[in-house]
Amino acid sequence: MEAVKTMEKTEEIQGINKVTFGQRMKSYKRTPLSFVLWLLVNAAMIITVVVLFFLIVYILVNGIPNLTPDLFDVKYTTENVSMFPAIINTLIMTGLSLLFAVPLGIFASIYLVEYAKRGNKIVGLVRITAETLQGIPSIVYGLFGMLFFVGALGWGLSILSGAATMAIMILPLIMRTSEEALKSVPDSYREGSFGLGAGKLRTVFRIVLPSAVPGILSGIILAIGRVVGETAALMYTAGTVAEIPSNIMGSGRTLAVHMYTLSCEGLHINQAYATAVVLLITVLLINAVSSFIAKRITKG
Amino acid sequence: MGTKFKIDNLDLYYGKFKALKDINLDLPEHEITAFIGPSGCGKSTLLKSLNRMNDLVEGCKITGKVTLDGEDIYGDMDVNLLRKRVGMVFQKPNPFPMSVYDNIAYGPRTHGIHNKSQLDEIVEKSLKNAAIWDELKDRLKKSALGLSGGQQQRLCIARALAVEPEVLLMDEPTSALDPISTSKIEDLAVELKSKYTIIMVTHNMQQAVRISDKTAFFLLGEMVEFGKSDDLFSMPQDKRTEDYITGRFG
Repeated sequence: MEAVKTMEKTEEIQGINKVTFGQRMKSYKRTPLSFVLWLLVNAAMIITVVVLFFLIVYILVNGIPNLTPDLFDVKYTTENVSMFPAIINTLIMTGLSLLFAVPLGIFASIYLVEYAKRGNKIVGLVRITAETLQGIPSIVYGLFGMLFFVGALGWGLSILSGAATMAIMILPLIMRTSEEALKSVPDSYREGSFGLGAGKLRTVFRIVLPSAVPGILSGIILAIGRVVGETAALMYTAGTVAEIPSNIMGSGRTLAVHMYTLSCEGLHINQAYATAVVLLITVLLINAVSSFIAKRITKG
Repeated sequence: MGTKFKIDNLDLYYGKFKALKDINLDLPEHEITAFIGPSGCGKSTLLKSLNRMNDLVEGCKITGKVTLDGEDIYGDMDVNLLRKRVGMVFQKPNPFPMSVYDNIAYGPRTHGIHNKSQLDEIVEKSLKNAAIWDELKDRLKKSALGLSGGQQQRLCIARALAVEPEVLLMDEPTSALDPISTSKIEDLAVELKSKYTIIMVTHNMQQAVRISDKTAFFLLGEMVEFGKSDDLFSMPQDKRTEDYITGRFG
């Protein structure tokens, strides 16, 4: 009760530490440069928000009226241009490529941060390689995937070829973000664990890794974004067949590829917008789920 | 009183730099030994060579011999078992980002205790030994990071006690704490010495006088003087010790 009373009191009082808008404007008269900077940062913020907002509203306005039930038919025909197979393929593609890349990326980063000796030449080399790979355009990965997975390994145009290519593409991203996340775990945690007689393995998996989970997950979210949004590399490796393949050796198009094909053909622009809405919602959902998981893990 | 740690001709190098020079020291059992000296004199380094935490520092080389109850700790002994027997409390409180309970239970779990009732018992006993049970018994499931600095440090002491060590190394355990928390930890150290051997690095000479039985004074990597704290602080044998404890340098 008492706490509530004091709360009410403080609300009535006008704190002398509060700066009113008028006072702030007055102080800017003395320092015009701060005012310019204040204007610039505010303008930047407003422009960013407006552009993003406009983009989303534009897609929603153009897309939602075109979201018809036959767009979600299980079977794709040239009549209904259903995106249902593409949704399923997107989920499979994302899941499969994460399955390849996430364990590999996390373990590689654990090696770099926890096991490799500082100043090890291999570490420097791996780091430079990962950074370079991150900057390569996705079409280059697509070309490599086509020559290697599709051709040399004989996997053909398939979900597997696509997922393997995507895995290579997002591997450096996951590795670098995991590495940064592991590095930001204070050494005092490690010392505390070693000091209690815990070995390296236990320290890494019980203390260091749980503390790094939020950082690692943000890398995974970025990686998901890249896979979901990828077109060029997937057309070369997974093909554009608008069906759910019976197994991962079959070819199939993801939502982004579906959208690209629709707008390329030029006959179904409205349906392409509807697909964009679904893609947008998918990405939002994935992000929400990931941050929910991150919160749960860090709490526990 | 028996000798717990026996250090013979210990030299320690960080790369080319010789951080400790020919240290010979017998640390008695069930007493508090204080290491004092100006910053960079090697006292923390010596403390860390007693549970081999220096192994984690790259370019650190040690020669000489350190024995714990007659066993060579740099010989066949398993490092993890050594660290179980020789616990450590660090300068800055470093609770793990988990609940109070899990912090304490981490050590016992590491050494293979998973029985719930057994763990409950260890957690309660350790927190009681660290004189913090009454403050924390209702928030065992809350994150340890929400505790005050003094509570965190006593939690870290409880965490070290949970693995039932024989020796407790304390590296300036009160340097980040306020006077009240400091006095609580000092009282705790005095209480604990009947069960454990305590070796403490401190910058605070009053603290060494208050609680330690023996004191070793270090300067530039050498051990200058070692003796009963009462004697060392009232009648230092070495001119350098006298200069330091009377505040002429350092």
